[in-house]
Amino acid sequence: MQRGILDFWVGLFVIGGIAALLFLAIKVSTINTISTANSYEVTADFDNIGGLKVRAPVKSAGVVVGRVAKISFDNNNFEAKVALRLDKRYQFPADTSASILTSGLLGEQYVALQPGGDTKNLANGSRIQITQSAVVLENLISQFIYNKAQDKGTSHATSP
Amino acid sequence: MFNAVYRSIGGVGRRVREGVWTLGYAARFFVAVLLRSGDLLRRPGLVLRELYYVGVLSVIIILVSSLFVGMVLGLQGYETLKIYGSDSALGVLVALSLTRELGPVVAALLFASRAGTAITAEVGLMKTTEQLSAMEMMAVDPVARVVAPRFWAGVISMPLLAAMFSAAGIFGGYLVGVVLIGLDDGTFWSQMQAAVEWHHDVLNGIIKSAVFGVAVSVIALFEGFDAQPTAEGVALATTRTVVVSSLAILGLDFVLTAFMFKG
Repeated sequence: MQRGILDFWVGLFVIGGIAALLFLAIKVSTINTISTANSYEVTADFDNIGGLKVRAPVKSAGVVVGRVAKISFDNNNFEAKVALRLDKRYQFPADTSASILTSGLLGEQYVALQPGGDTKNLANGSRIQITQSAVVLENLISQFIYNKAQDKGTSHATSP
Repeated sequence: MFNAVYRSIGGVGRRVREGVWTLGYAARFFVAVLLRSGDLLRRPGLVLRELYYVGVLSVIIILVSSLFVGMVLGLQGYETLKIYGSDSALGVLVALSLTRELGPVVAALLFASRAGTAITAEVGLMKTTEQLSAMEMMAVDPVARVVAPRFWAGVISMPLLAAMFSAAGIFGGYLVGVVLIGLDDGTFWSQMQAAVEWHHDVLNGIIKSAVFGVAVSVIALFEGFDAQPTAEGVALATTRTVVVSSLAILGLDFVLTAFMFKG
């Protein structure tokens, strides 16, 4: 078969397409799926997870150390059961506490890990004991209004 | 008066019947193309030649339009994001809209109007000048010799063109966001990289574009193959290619998006 100028252009075209794909892969996107081989899973029970979603980041000291793997409802204690898949490179003490925080005022919610002082580390399948639920804005506002009303009530009672 | 009513009702019925007929013929045509593609493994030169006409010649229009689409996205996105003080997320906006939707869809629309019409006109003219019949007389299967190479060229080049569209569009957004408006270079790319995911965003876009490539190629080839063998018939078929494939692209896009990005 004869090699023509056509082959050259088609070759350039394919190279251009693959280069564009590589650009999208390397510069634009990340492959942030943690493989099961180099990660471990711990669970945490929350009273209220707010708007936490599967695949939300798990951060410690602001660094992403894992992802939320699964969210389910535990019918025994009526709490939300959140499975966290953590990178094996990062080990945490067994008395680490987990809280659900919001990045920015209206940003996405994530799980923050606050390491404790235990000498033993969290292992695959272990459960985080100390948890703090997400802050629900409505509860916050109603609490604020309730306190305000109470303040008024007491000030009225004491003023005369 | 009753006659007119009867005739109009009959017209509707005839149109529906013809539509069903055409659809069935198109499905049979698609299967035939797939079944008779085996010969191409022995003669890859045929696909190569079509890749030049279908893919290489579409690169310029894809690159230029994507650059402008990206630049417009940059300008418009900045105007809106500025209100919420989150103009650092401009890279995210540009990259996500391009890789998920605009890249595959606009590239496919351009591909349909640039390469699809050319395919329809070429095949339609081959039919009009009885080249296809001549091939059959020489015991050369026109579906295997003419249709299948063009089909596979379209299917191969569409994802590559969509990737080029997304990449060049993001570069256009970069030009406007960083070079023109003066956002921070590092935040632009790092925020983008943190938010765009290879599997969920980029790969899904590529899959979309491959599906569009199949749809546009089949529609363009079928319209050419099915055209009335007159000058007017070829003109009508070319128009139908653009109309039908644009509708198919947008409809398929909704279905695929619903599958890929639910929840």
